[in-house]
Amino acid sequence: MADKVLMKGNEAIAEAAIMAGCRHFFGYPITPQTEISAYMAKRMPKIGGTFLQAESELAAINMVYGAAAAGARTMTSSSSPGIALKSEGLSFLAACDLPSVIVNIQRGGPGLGGIRPSQSDYFHATRSTGHGDFHMIVLAPNTVQEMFDLTLEAFDLADKYRMPAMILGDGMLGQVMEPVDISRGNNIKTYVKDWALTGTKGLRKRNVVNSLYLSAEELELLNFQRFDKYKEVEKIARTEDYLLEDAEVVVVAYGICARIAKNAIDTARKNGIKAGLIRPVTLWPYPKHQLKAAAEKAKAFVVVEMSMGQMIEDVELSIRCSRPVLLCNRTGGMVPTREAVLESIEKAALLKGEQNADSI
Amino acid sequence: MQIVFEKPKALSDTPTHYCPGCTHGIIHRLVAEVLDELDITGETIGIAPVGCAVIHFNYFECDVAQAAHGRAPAVATGLKRVNPDNIVFSYQGDGDLAAIGTNETIHAAARGENITVIFVNNAIYGMTGGQMAPTTLPGQITQTSPYGRDTKTAGFPLRMCELLATLDGTAYAERVAVDSVKNVLKAKKAIKKAFQYQIDGKGFSIVEILSSCPTNWGLEPVKALEWLRQNMIPYYPLGVFKDKEVSR
Amino acid sequence: MSQTVEIMIAGFGGQGVLFAGKILAYAALMAGKEVSWLPSYGPEMRGGTANISVIISDTPIGSPIVDNPGVFVAMNQPSLEKFEEEVQPGGLIILDSSLIQLKVKRHDLQACYIPATKLAEDNNLKGLANMIILGRIARETGLFDLDTLYLAASKSIPERKKDLLAFNKKAIEIGYNY
Repeated sequence: MADKVLMKGNEAIAEAAIMAGCRHFFGYPITPQTEISAYMAKRMPKIGGTFLQAESELAAINMVYGAAAAGARTMTSSSSPGIALKSEGLSFLAACDLPSVIVNIQRGGPGLGGIRPSQSDYFHATRSTGHGDFHMIVLAPNTVQEMFDLTLEAFDLADKYRMPAMILGDGMLGQVMEPVDISRGNNIKTYVKDWALTGTKGLRKRNVVNSLYLSAEELELLNFQRFDKYKEVEKIARTEDYLLEDAEVVVVAYGICARIAKNAIDTARKNGIKAGLIRPVTLWPYPKHQLKAAAEKAKAFVVVEMSMGQMIEDVELSIRCSRPVLLCNRTGGMVPTREAVLESIEKAALLKGEQNADSI
Repeated sequence: MQIVFEKPKALSDTPTHYCPGCTHGIIHRLVAEVLDELDITGETIGIAPVGCAVIHFNYFECDVAQAAHGRAPAVATGLKRVNPDNIVFSYQGDGDLAAIGTNETIHAAARGENITVIFVNNAIYGMTGGQMAPTTLPGQITQTSPYGRDTKTAGFPLRMCELLATLDGTAYAERVAVDSVKNVLKAKKAIKKAFQYQIDGKGFSIVEILSSCPTNWGLEPVKALEWLRQNMIPYYPLGVFKDKEVSR
Repeated sequence: MSQTVEIMIAGFGGQGVLFAGKILAYAALMAGKEVSWLPSYGPEMRGGTANISVIISDTPIGSPIVDNPGVFVAMNQPSLEKFEEEVQPGGLIILDSSLIQLKVKRHDLQACYIPATKLAEDNNLKGLANMIILGRIARETGLFDLDTLYLAASKSIPERKKDLLAFNKKAIEIGYNY
């Protein structure tokens, strides 16, 4: 306990990035993630790193593209509307197989939306990040400790698989302060990047970072190869399970919603309902096998999310719609209450495995 | 047998894809000669734009990053900040640099980013087949200004060198043309100076090169150069607009 | 038996409720407990009402949101009016009686009145009503002793303001012993 420090979620991300060896951060101010930029602005000059406040989100993500192409560990952070602007660069990063870490501390939308916490960028993060066929690794922390741990992991996975990795948090996780054990940041693995643009020094052939292929055959082949790699990446899909063993009602929630759900599950158990939780830690790859396995025992599912219902589609797909799935949601910056989750669990407990949730 | 003329070492053996009479070939050669003469190819990283020069990574023997449309100065910034000892240059057309990427261009200059920008201005979008560019002249006919650029509705061309010269971060801004042997020689001198400024850590340097596009202008190569001389140079005067060393 | 205390401190922006919460969080950390500190944030940070939720527990904390505080501190009248009904039955309300003329209406909980702002002024500790309140919270709940609070305060005060530590300690002590 003694070696823990109190940190805000946003600060934990920034500190983890620095400990992971990130020395190049490019950002643009937007609530509620600004603490990340502020932290970087304070620390980077003292450790020989670069903090650059870019002229736009577009510029920031393309600076990340340049720094990643140079072989550096690099990061940018933003919140929902800003992340949408970064879509262009995210597609290029994926297309050029450039390791990079992108943080989205989500706020309510659409449009300018609000500044309160939200999870309504789930589709954007896992499905429609930018144009073309590609994925990012998407990690969803639910505590400040995980903001730290998963940021370390994001840098490692990005380098290991040569692809962008996103930390998908929300405004509440960014602002909450909790004790963090940062000692894990002292053990960092590095990767050889012989593809990086560092100048040929006359010793090797030129390296090129490029995503233009005028031959359709060539582009198709590259996409097939990249998706073969994604099959490998799918093995990292993971969950945190809570009281799942005998659960008849399985709550599926990520991020802050999972913590609210835990409280509700505790109460449900006291009331005699066998409820449990699956918390996807990776949103892409989605832990579909874990969901499918849970469906064999469960009678019904409850999805808790701060959106109009986005992850619920992955739950239904994973279990092939074999069980009713209820949605307990708030949006626009509102957060589901423990009571609301409990009500949904109680409702689901009455379904007894009926196929069609719409009939109730 | 004595070799009296050869391809610069910084250029590859790959034949270029540029149209007959296009001046990109000349400008590639000038950049390559400068890389050879300064002996910096091994340290250099080029940025390919979106536009006719999008696959210039096939021609230059240095490391190259291809950038999203207009973002070359941002990508250059990322590369340069990671390895300040690398020589980083972007090679951009008028649509890339002065329309979709104006913001990146201006702010890279304002930061005094220690990079070199080769700006090829031929007053038209070449790769997409001849649409109006931010530098298309008033009255000039293009696919998207079929009655001639009407300044009442399409506004006026941007003079990028003049604009960038007002910024404190710009170390060097010169406009040249490649319409004649004399001007080609001047262009090379400017390019070399721009790279030298970067080597000396002086800040943002840009060379705007008035260039021709015979295909999309609908003119024979020689006529195209005449058109450049008669129409572009009066609107875009040649010369040095900013030189940090001189103005001090 | 594991114990979880859900605390909410509410007041005007500028009264230092977030900072008081931060010291509580540090004290909890030093006492080896689990803790979460969640501010209400947004436009209301500037001049409007501000509140901070702190959960201190022997076991890992679920949601960091406090809907029904067991300990509620009101540093202004609007906060009392807004949150009184939300406090857990059997809970505790502490209020700054120099700024709040109202009495706690509920009878199913414990009320503690302390004229924190006046005490601060009388002792040349203007602006440290939050620290006086903090001392009172520690005493009323029995969560922390004075030494732990002092240590937490010295952890929370930035280096450039270290000369103010003695004043903070004095204010905490006044509240603790009131």
